[in-house]
Amino acid sequence: MPTVTFVEHDGTPHTIDFVEGQSMMEAATNNAVPGIEGDCGGEAACGTCHIIITDDWISTTGTRSDRESQMIEMSPECQANSRLACQLVASKAMDGLKVRLPEFQM
Amino acid sequence: MKTKKNVLERAMVSVQTKVQATVPAERQVQAAHMAKKAQRLAGKGKPLVLTERPIPDAADVPLAELDVSNPFLFRQGKSRDYFKRLREEAPVHYMPDSPFGPFWSITRYEDIRAVDTNAEVFSAEPVIVMGDIPLEIAMFIAMDPPRHDTQRKAVQGVVAPKNLKEMESLIRERIVEVLDSLPTDRPFDWVDRVSIEITGRMLATLLDFPYEQRRKLTYWSDAISGTTEGTGGITHQDEFFKATAELAREFIALWHDKAARREQGETGFDLVTLMQSSDETKDMISRPLEFLGNLTLLIVGGNDTTRNSMSGGVLALHQNRDQFEKLKANPDLIPNMVSEIIRWQTPLAYMRRIATRDVHFGGQFIRKGDKIIMWYASGNRDEAQFDDPDAFRIDRANARHHMSFGFGVHRCMGNRLAEMQLRILWEELLARFDQIEVIGEPTYVQSNFVRGYGRMIVQLTPKSDG
Repeated sequence: MPTVTFVEHDGTPHTIDFVEGQSMMEAATNNAVPGIEGDCGGEAACGTCHIIITDDWISTTGTRSDRESQMIEMSPECQANSRLACQLVASKAMDGLKVRLPEFQM
Repeated sequence: MKTKKNVLERAMVSVQTKVQATVPAERQVQAAHMAKKAQRLAGKGKPLVLTERPIPDAADVPLAELDVSNPFLFRQGKSRDYFKRLREEAPVHYMPDSPFGPFWSITRYEDIRAVDTNAEVFSAEPVIVMGDIPLEIAMFIAMDPPRHDTQRKAVQGVVAPKNLKEMESLIRERIVEVLDSLPTDRPFDWVDRVSIEITGRMLATLLDFPYEQRRKLTYWSDAISGTTEGTGGITHQDEFFKATAELAREFIALWHDKAARREQGETGFDLVTLMQSSDETKDMISRPLEFLGNLTLLIVGGNDTTRNSMSGGVLALHQNRDQFEKLKANPDLIPNMVSEIIRWQTPLAYMRRIATRDVHFGGQFIRKGDKIIMWYASGNRDEAQFDDPDAFRIDRANARHHMSFGFGVHRCMGNRLAEMQLRILWEELLARFDQIEVIGEPTYVQSNFVRGYGRMIVQLTPKSDG
């Protein structure tokens, strides 16, 4: 199965399997990755699945949409490659993806 | 012509800015008050008077007349059935005539989330309560992007998780002080001694407001959020203006006092210090109505909500003894229970929006300018989202998906502070008490906005150390 690694703010990595077509937020919450909350259920409406994509992966994942920006840009930890995991649909091309988590979710 | 108009507009803005900057906020509030009084004397803008009458059962009222704006609905225990009927039979419901004017009610979870995340079509301006308010204080909860974003960013640091982490031990200390002073040999009013006391202490800390005068914060908050015209509450217009003017006077004094102390090298993590240290807000005092708006928002936002969740949790556990036993057996459930309390209580019943254009929504045609009420209190009891939604279950798997904090750009900025306060409260309660019994029925606040308690008599049983 393809995998994705979520790296907590303190450096702790969590490598989990994902299923193509699910969102990275669902993959994370199904595997109880700490620091991904997904309070709104995946509608880009709460900002609690904030992840930061590393530069070498951003062309694969793509940058955030306006809808994501509305929420993430309110976070003091927002960076150029910040995204909402609920809006990132997992694909085969993302096998091996590594993302960082902010220190806090909103 | 165009240039001339622009010149005029610029001149107007410049005059307004000058007035804002040079006329004290308190005077501006007084001027607005005089204008309202004059209107009343002229027979216009007559104050709204609401009298409590027994509310019929939801099933006995024609659908078109089902009025959920009634501020006695929650008190009389009718809100559950009224909203259930709306969710089932008219999820986007029009009420053509209410004491607060005509309005649409959105009552299903998914519909509410859709409205809440569409700020372009559903505007939060100019106010977020159902009716009119006597003075439109500029607060970012009632502003659309991009103005909203700039203002919110300027103050959100005070309740941001980073700041909270620094404050956790202080919050715990203050909660412990309150709990250790409670009587265990006689019943007492939980609302007054615990809920108001803890939220008051917290607010005074966040604002660095004189600690011994913290009850003023509670009074101002209640008076401002409780106008009869706005929310069906018991505040008369005159009292609203009195409270607002007082708040303005005291906080402007606090601003200057803090500025002087800062010059002498004092630091802090309170709101005014944060405002004074950010480039965007360091001259906020020259825009007093905006300053007042931001303060009022924090005071009201941090007051009723947490207070009523602190009382609501006790009531919910009293009514569901099995859940209290489950909690005692497994205190790790506290964080999830906190979400469940916030869902179950829904301390603010709704937020209001205005349609910025004609729009088809949920099979209805909503016209530009129509008022739309997103009933969080109903979305949180939506069977399609929550299994057995009226049950209080501290281990409910999706309790975190409650909508009490709202969704979208206006999502509650103090959510983490609220959760932290409730979590610490329950950690410290479990460490001390074996039983928390509610005696008799609590009294309920009169409001269509705040779902809260006036008095709740409680008897504590200390934990036996055996």
